[in-house]
Amino acid sequence: MANELIELDKLGMIYEAASGPVEALADISLSVGAGEFVSLVGPSGCGKSTLLRIVAGLRPATTGTVSVAGRRVTKPINDIGMVFQAPILLKWRTILENVLLPAELAGKDARALRGRALELLEMAELHGFADKLPRELSGGMQQRASLCRALLLDPPLLLMDEPFGALDAMTRDDMALELLRIWGERDLAREARKTVLFVTHSISEAVFLSDRVVVMSPRPGRIAADLKIDLPRPRTVELRASEAFGRLNLEIFRILTGRSSAGMLG
Amino acid sequence: MTKFAGLSRQYWPTLVLFAFLLASWQAAVSFGGIREYLLPAPLSVWNALWHGDTSWGQHIWTTTLEIVGAFFMAAIVGVALGVAIAWSPLLANALVPFLVFVNTLPKVAIAPLFLIWMGYGIFPNMLMGALIGFFPVVINTAVGLSQVEADMLDLGRVFSAPKWKIFLKIRLPNALPYILSALKITATAAVVGAIVGEFVASQRGLGYVIVATQSSMNTSVAFAALIWISAVGLALYGLVVVVARLWAPWAEGID
Repeated sequence: MANELIELDKLGMIYEAASGPVEALADISLSVGAGEFVSLVGPSGCGKSTLLRIVAGLRPATTGTVSVAGRRVTKPINDIGMVFQAPILLKWRTILENVLLPAELAGKDARALRGRALELLEMAELHGFADKLPRELSGGMQQRASLCRALLLDPPLLLMDEPFGALDAMTRDDMALELLRIWGERDLAREARKTVLFVTHSISEAVFLSDRVVVMSPRPGRIAADLKIDLPRPRTVELRASEAFGRLNLEIFRILTGRSSAGMLG
Repeated sequence: MTKFAGLSRQYWPTLVLFAFLLASWQAAVSFGGIREYLLPAPLSVWNALWHGDTSWGQHIWTTTLEIVGAFFMAAIVGVALGVAIAWSPLLANALVPFLVFVNTLPKVAIAPLFLIWMGYGIFPNMLMGALIGFFPVVINTAVGLSQVEADMLDLGRVFSAPKWKIFLKIRLPNALPYILSALKITATAAVVGAIVGEFVASQRGLGYVIVATQSSMNTSVAFAALIWISAVGLALYGLVVVVARLWAPWAEGID
């Protein structure tokens, strides 16, 4: 096993709601290796987005510990890239200025990173749009720009919270392929790739993208299953039609709906 | 040229209606035997607008100065208070009830006090305009500064951005369209304030002209003064709209 980048140990999260304490997450123990692409799938409200924010140090866990790269997470950690469901680009800034925002926020020299930002835009096929305002771009293009923003400071860890959830189905499938390409599925060795923690409620998206799919149960979110996705990389469009792909989808579907006959399929 | 054609196509019903009203008004006065001091004919108003004994330039200048002064006072104080409210919950708790109280006061009722405190002059009238116009700026500034997506603020925390940097780079530009839209209301309120101030205490200005015509029954001059007031008001409003478009072109539905 490669060295672990993320380690969650017996993580629990309880928050106070108007109606009393709500247990959002319970007994989550999980490790993610460096360079691994891991998806979290689960029903709405199972705490998968909360889990992502706990890993980022943006929310505190109630019990248990989180460590990233061997260090305990107690406050927001700096060397991560985050992509959210909405692109949340600043509408008064050009695409290039938006991509450079992390440099400015982190107090780094944005001018020195201009070249890198343009490279990223080129890679995301947005080179002609560097000087456009966000509203001049489609939803999918805006989301690609927000991915470039997340990659600007070259973080070893990418946290993605339903990044394609707001896109239409066709754009969504395109974006999945695009993400794998940018991730370096074809041209980077596994150790050189970024570690990705990807939250989604689309089973097929999780299977298509990931090395592992972690299935979560409804509230309080627990790990119901942790499946290795042994599909060959690079993943292709044709893969979606394969039997192995379909079987994995069905298996996860059964775990999620409680009609578990995973043993039979395994 | 095409733009002009488009505009004229859009506004010709307004122009026709306006011409019709003017013509009926003139006809009612000329043939209906309405006394000149009750309702002056459009033509005598037109004459009063350009000729007559009133030194319009001086009055227009005074009122314009008051309105513009009131506008900038309201804008600066309003933005400062809005920033204070959005910056610190403590300041918000202290200021908001007080500001709501000030806003519910009928400002016109304070005008005589201004006369006692500050006497005659341009400044008390500016202050009156600012008092009427500052509140929407406070509210819109505070709202615009706080209406930032939670995810965007999380992004700031991930990069350990200091509070002032988030304020300068994210919150303030985000609030700009809100502020500019409040300033349109302020532009109109400043006119009301300046005129109310002049009604109560003044020796010059378009509001003063209107009050003075009461005793001389020179109604056509009062009408002319009204037209000048709306011209000044419209000019300021138009200026704010243009500046808003140039300054925050990204904001949609700003009008």
